[in-house]
Amino acid sequence: MTQNQTEKLQAIREAMLAARNDAHPESHLIGILHKVQDVFGYLPREMMDEVAQTLEIPTAHIWGVATFYHYFNLEPIGRHVVSVCMGTACYVKGAASVLETLKKELGVEVGKTTSDGLFTLQEARCLGACGIAPVMMIDEKIYGQLDSKKTVDIINQYRKAAAEEKSAVGAETRRGKP
Amino acid sequence: MADKQYKLTFCDGSGCLKNHAREFRQLFEEELRRHQIQQNVQIHLSGCLGMCTKGPILIVNPGYIMYGNLRPEDAAEIVQEHLVNGRPVSRLIIQEDHLYNRFFRIFGDSEFFGRQMRIALRNCGVIDPEKIDDYLAMRGYEALAKVLTEMTPQQVIEEVKKSGLRGRGGAGFPTGLKWEYTAKQSDPEKYVICNADEGDPGAFMDRSAIEGDPHTVLEGMIIGGYAIGSRQGIIYIRAEYPLAVQRLKKAIEDARREGFLGERILGTDFSFDIRICLGAGAFVCGEETALIHSIEGFRGMPRPRPPYPSVSGLFGKPTLINNVETWANIPVIIIDGADWFSRIGTATSKGTKVFALAGKVRNTGLVEVPMGTTLRDIIFGIGGGIPNGKKFKAVQTGGPSGGCLPEKYLDTQIDYESLAKAGSIMGSGGMIVIDEDSCMVRMARFFVEFTQDESCGKCTPCREGTKRMLEILTRITRGQGKPGDIEKLERLGTMIQKASLCGLGQSAPNPVLSTIRNFREEYEEHIHQKKCRARECTALLSFVVQDNCVGCGACKRVCPVNAVSGNRKEKHSINPNLCIKCGQCYDACKFNAIAKV
Amino acid sequence: MSRLITITINDKPYQVEPNQTIMQAADKLGFHIPRLCYHPKLSIEGACRVCIVEVEGMKNYVASCAFPVSDGMKIRTNTQALRTARRDIIELILDNHPQDCHTCERDGNCELQRLAASMGIRARHFEGERKRYEKDLSSEAVIRDPEKCILCGRCVRMCSEIQQVHNLTQAHRGFHTVVMPAYNMPMGESVCTACGQCINVCPTAAFLEKNYTQELFEKLNDPNLVKVVQFAPSVRAAIGEAFGLEPGLNMEGQLIASLRKLGFDYVFDTQFSADLTIMEEASEFLERLQSGGVLPMITSCSSAWMKCLEQFYPDLIPNVSTCKSPMSMQGAITKTYFAKKKKIDPRKILSVAVMCCTAKKYEAARPELMFDGMRGVDIVVTTREAAWMIKSAGIDLVNIQPEEPDHPLGISSGAGAIFGATGGVMEAAIRTAYELYTGETLVDIEVEAVRGLKGIKEGSITMDGKEIRVAVAHGLGNACRLLERVRQDPSRYHFIEIMGCPGGCVGGGGQPYAQINSIPLDDENLRKRAQALYDLDKAKTIRRSHDNPDVQKLYKEFLQSPLSPVSHQYLHTHYKAKTPVGIIPRNERTLSGDSK
Repeated sequence: MTQNQTEKLQAIREAMLAARNDAHPESHLIGILHKVQDVFGYLPREMMDEVAQTLEIPTAHIWGVATFYHYFNLEPIGRHVVSVCMGTACYVKGAASVLETLKKELGVEVGKTTSDGLFTLQEARCLGACGIAPVMMIDEKIYGQLDSKKTVDIINQYRKAAAEEKSAVGAETRRGKP
Repeated sequence: MADKQYKLTFCDGSGCLKNHAREFRQLFEEELRRHQIQQNVQIHLSGCLGMCTKGPILIVNPGYIMYGNLRPEDAAEIVQEHLVNGRPVSRLIIQEDHLYNRFFRIFGDSEFFGRQMRIALRNCGVIDPEKIDDYLAMRGYEALAKVLTEMTPQQVIEEVKKSGLRGRGGAGFPTGLKWEYTAKQSDPEKYVICNADEGDPGAFMDRSAIEGDPHTVLEGMIIGGYAIGSRQGIIYIRAEYPLAVQRLKKAIEDARREGFLGERILGTDFSFDIRICLGAGAFVCGEETALIHSIEGFRGMPRPRPPYPSVSGLFGKPTLINNVETWANIPVIIIDGADWFSRIGTATSKGTKVFALAGKVRNTGLVEVPMGTTLRDIIFGIGGGIPNGKKFKAVQTGGPSGGCLPEKYLDTQIDYESLAKAGSIMGSGGMIVIDEDSCMVRMARFFVEFTQDESCGKCTPCREGTKRMLEILTRITRGQGKPGDIEKLERLGTMIQKASLCGLGQSAPNPVLSTIRNFREEYEEHIHQKKCRARECTALLSFVVQDNCVGCGACKRVCPVNAVSGNRKEKHSINPNLCIKCGQCYDACKFNAIAKV
Repeated sequence: MSRLITITINDKPYQVEPNQTIMQAADKLGFHIPRLCYHPKLSIEGACRVCIVEVEGMKNYVASCAFPVSDGMKIRTNTQALRTARRDIIELILDNHPQDCHTCERDGNCELQRLAASMGIRARHFEGERKRYEKDLSSEAVIRDPEKCILCGRCVRMCSEIQQVHNLTQAHRGFHTVVMPAYNMPMGESVCTACGQCINVCPTAAFLEKNYTQELFEKLNDPNLVKVVQFAPSVRAAIGEAFGLEPGLNMEGQLIASLRKLGFDYVFDTQFSADLTIMEEASEFLERLQSGGVLPMITSCSSAWMKCLEQFYPDLIPNVSTCKSPMSMQGAITKTYFAKKKKIDPRKILSVAVMCCTAKKYEAARPELMFDGMRGVDIVVTTREAAWMIKSAGIDLVNIQPEEPDHPLGISSGAGAIFGATGGVMEAAIRTAYELYTGETLVDIEVEAVRGLKGIKEGSITMDGKEIRVAVAHGLGNACRLLERVRQDPSRYHFIEIMGCPGGCVGGGGQPYAQINSIPLDDENLRKRAQALYDLDKAKTIRRSHDNPDVQKLYKEFLQSPLSPVSHQYLHTHYKAKTPVGIIPRNERTLSGDSK
C-alpha cells in the first residue's frame, strides 16, 4: 500500500470508531464502504469483515448492502479493462478465439482481474466497429482486425509500458524524490 | 445580433396577451417601420414574466428598462422618445425586482433563455457557486433571516401552502401540506431530507441546480427545518455527481462558518445542521422510503406506506423529504411572496418547472418555464424545433416513468393533471423529443431495460413482470414478435402498474402502455409484417443496393461476412441470407446507394 | 377497549377494532385473503403482492397485510380484476421456478403449489429466462436450493428478527436477487446454527433438511446390522400432523409399532435418556451450587443453541452444563451398556434417532461427542423424514395397534416427557434437584412459572430456605437477550434452560409442515403439541426422573453414580469457541427488538 492509502485507511478506521458512538452507526455504513473502495478500488472481504466487527453490524447485512448497490465493486478492477466485443459481426470473424487467447495469456476468466492487477477481462456488447472485426477495447482505445498474435502483442505493449513506468518511479524514489 | 442597437423583449405570456399585448406589439412594430429603425432592433418574445397585473410588459436592453401597464398609444411615445431620442419614458417604467429577474437581465435576450422564467435556476450561470458572497449578493439567506426573525413556523407553513408549490420530484404532492403533516407530529426528533438522487437517464436538473447554486438548497432546507421543528438535515446525493458533492461540501462549510448552519443560527434559538449521504448506484433510491432505508444503512428497498415518512420516516422519526428543485423554490417564495408565486402557472400547478429538453430538438438543455406553458412552446419555441427537416413524432416526458405523447398533445398546457390525463406524467422533468427516425417499440424497450436493471427485486410484479415485458419487447424488436404479444404487454403492464409496491414498478409500464396506446400500428407492423417503419430495428431491415450504385466496392471491402458481391464499376448486391445487418456498408457508402428497407 | 370503527368489505359493513391491518381484520371476520410473504411473527414486508385488495379512493391495489383500517373504509377482496392480478402474480413466480413438482420434496405440502391451485392457473403466458443456481449441500443439517426460492424473505426475517443469528441476507438486486449467507459462503462454514427455522417458514423447498432416508432404507435392509432407534418427546406429539391428524395427538404407541414395522430391531425412547440427563444435570447443578462452581448453569441439550453459544458467547462456555443431550447420551449408552448386555459388537449397531430437530444432525457429527472411535448416533432423521419413510413403506401409522418401547432404554417418567416443551427441562430438573437436595418430596411438581410461550420466563423455588432463581428462554433471539442479562449480572439466576426453537423442541426445525389452514409455528399448534406432552406427564405413574427404575438399574449396573468417571467418559462433553466468518460482538445494542 502506498503512503496515501495507509493514511486513508487510518482515517477510515477513525471514522468507524466515531460512527460506533453515534446514535445510528449503521447509517454510516454506505459512506464507509465508499471510503474503502476509494482506497482499494473495490471492497476486499477482509475490510468488510473489519467493518462488521467495528460497527457491530452482521456480515451478512454488509454483504447484502455491498451487492445491492452497483457502484461497489466486489472484485478488484485492474488498471486496464480489456473488453472483447461479442457482437454478431465480431463473433463471425473470430471473437471467440480472441477471447480464448486472452484468457490463456492473462490467465483469468471473464470478469476477473490478473494477479498483478494490470488487466480485467470483460465481454462487451457491440462496440459499433464491425468493419474491423474482431475487435477489443482496452480502456477507451479500440483495436481491430485481431488475431491471436496481434492480441498478445498488444497486451505485451501495455505490460511493457507498465514496467517502464514502475522502474521510472523506482528510479525517482531512489533519487529521493517524493 | 451583436450589432443591433436595441434588444426588445415583449412578454408573450397569457396574462399579457389578455391585456392586448399582441396588439401593442403590432402597433409598436408599425412605429418602428415608420421611423425606419426596424433593422436596428432585435425583438424577442418571452414566456410569462409573472407580472400579469401590470401587463403588457416590454423590456428594453441595454439598461434593462422595464415598461408596464402599456396602452396602445404608448407605443409611439416609447419608440420616439426612448429608441430614437435615447430618453427612456419614466412614467411608464416599472421597477419590479423579483429574484428571477436578475438572470433574465443578463441572459434574457437570447432566444433560448428569453422565453424562460428561471426561479429555481435563477442563480445558475450568474454566480460563482463556490463563493457564498456571490449568493449573499443575490439576496441569499435573506429569506432565512426573514423567517427566523419575523415569522413563526406556522406562518412559514401557511406561506408555503398559499404558494401552491407541489413536489418537484415527480409525485406533485402539495409541499405545504407535507410540511404541515410533519410539523404536527409531536416527536421532538425530526429530520429534513433533500432527495438529490436524480437517476432518470437524460435528467440533469438537480445536478445543475446543485452545481450552479448549492446555497439555495441549503437555505430552503434550513427554512424547512425551522418550519417543522427539526435540527438535522440530510442531503442524499448520487455518488455519480462528484462535482455537485464537492460544491455542496464547500457550501456547507461556508454556511457553517458564516453562521447560517450550526448552533443558534443568526443569533436565534434555532439550530440546524446538514449532513451529506452518498448514494451508490441505485435508481430506486430516489423513491422516498427506499432513500430512507439507504440512509439507514440498508439495501435501498421501499416499504409499504402508510406509515408515511411525515409520521414515521428516517430512524422511525417524522421526516420531511423534498426534491432539490422544491427546496430551491422556497427562498423565492419567502422573499417574493406566496401571492406572487401563486399567480404563476395554472389553477392546480403553481410556479415554474425545470425540464431537461433533449433528443431530436435544436436547442437542448434546461428549460424552466411557468406551468401551463404548452409542449409546443417548449419544443418548437424555446427548443427551436426538429433539426434536419425531420418530422416531430412524439415527446417522452417523465423519463422511464413517463409516457410518449404524439402530435395531438402538443398543445397540452403542461401541469401535473393535464400530463396525467394525456397518459404521461410530469416526473422530475425529463423531456425527450422523438422524430420520425425513432422506433417507438425500441424506445419502450430501452426504458424497460433500464427499469428492469434498476428494480430492487422486492416485489413480484416489478421484479418478474418487467423482466417478462422486456423479453417480449426484445423479441418484437428482433422480428420474433408473436400474435398476442401486444395483449400480453397490456395485461402485464396494467397489473404491474396496479400491484407494484413502489413508484418504480407502478410507473415502469408507462412507456410501454403509452406507446401501445398512441403508436399501436408500429407494434403491429413489427409483429405481423416484421417491419420497422423508423428503420431502427436492424433485425427487421434489409440492406439493399440501389440503382445509383457506382460499383466502387467500398461496401464490399468492409463487409465482415462477405455478403456483398459485384464487380468494379457494376452495381453491387447484398445477399440477404448472409447479411448480419451490422450497417457497415451503409456507413461506408459515399453515394447513399444503400437503403435500409 | 377502544371504540369500534365501521369498514365495508365486499359491500357489507362490519364493526372492527381500529389499529389493525386490513388482513388482520379480515382474518378475524372469516375472509381469508391469500398471502405468501406475510407471517404474524415476522415484520411486514408487503413484498409478494399476493394479498392485494382494492380500497376505494386508492388508485392502485394495496397490500392488505400492511394497510391499516380506518373508519368508513370500503374494501373489496375478490373482484375479478383482483383475482386476475393475483393469478398473474403467482404465474410470474411459477415462470421463474423449476417445473418439478412431482419430484420435489414438498409435493403436496407446498404453499406455492396450494396458492397456484387455488388461483386456477390453466395456461402459462409469461415464460422466459429462469434463474439457475447451484444447490448448497455443505451443511450437515440444512440444505439450500435457491432455484426454488420465491424471495418472500421469511427465512431472512426469521434468522435475523427471531433467531438473531443474522446468517442470511438477500444479495444482489432485481431479477438477480438471491438469498444467501455472507459472501455466498457454504452454509456449513457460516454462522448458521442449523436450527432449521428457515425450513419451517419457507413456503417452498428452497430450504430443506439434509435427507438421509435413502441411506437409512438401505441400512435397514442390511442383515448384518443391529438396528436401534430412539425418538424424541416432541416427535410423538407432532407426527400425527404429517398424516392429516389434528395437532396435539400423542402417537407414541403407533410410532413405536410403525418403527418396528420399518425394520428396527429395538425401539427405544429418548425420554429414557432425558431422565438420565436430569440425573446428571441436576447432580451437576447441585455440585456447583454447593461447592461454589460457576453459576448460572445453562442447559445444553439444544444443539442449535450450543453452536450459537460457541460462536457468540464463548465467554459463557464455563457456565454450560457438560452433559450431552439426551439423544447423544442415549447413543452412548446404546453402544456401551446395551451392547454389552446383549453381547452385540457395538460397531455392528446402527444407532438412529428420529428427532424434531435439524441441528441434531449437526450434533451427531460433532467430533467431541465420539467415544471409543464411534459416533453415538449414526443417522438422525427428522419427524418429516420418518413420516415419509413410514408412508413410503405402506405402514398405516394412524390405525396401527400401539406398542410399547423396548427395554432397557425405553421406560420414561413424566419429567422425561415434558422435555419437548419450553420450560420442560427446567421443570424436570427442579423435580429431581429439589428432592436430591432437600431429601423431601416436591408436592407441586407442575411448575407453572416456567410453562407457556412467553419469550423469557423467570421463576424461583426455595430449597431448604435457599432461593434458587431460574430462567427459561426459547428461540435463539430470546436466548441471547437472556444471556445479556447474565453478562450484566451473573448473580441474577442460578439455573437457565435454553431451547433454540420458538416454543421449545415442539417447534423444532424438523417438525411436520403446517397443514392447509394453518401457518408455520402457529402458537396454538405449539401449545397443543406441548399440551400433549404435559398430558402424557400427568398420565404417568412415575413422574420424576430419579424414580425411573431402568435409570436406577443403569447406574447400578454400569454408571455407578451421577458424575462418576464412567458417566463423565460417556455422558459428558466439552465445548470450545467457534469462529466462522460472520461473528460480530454481541451486546444489548446489536440485539434488536424486544423479547418475543
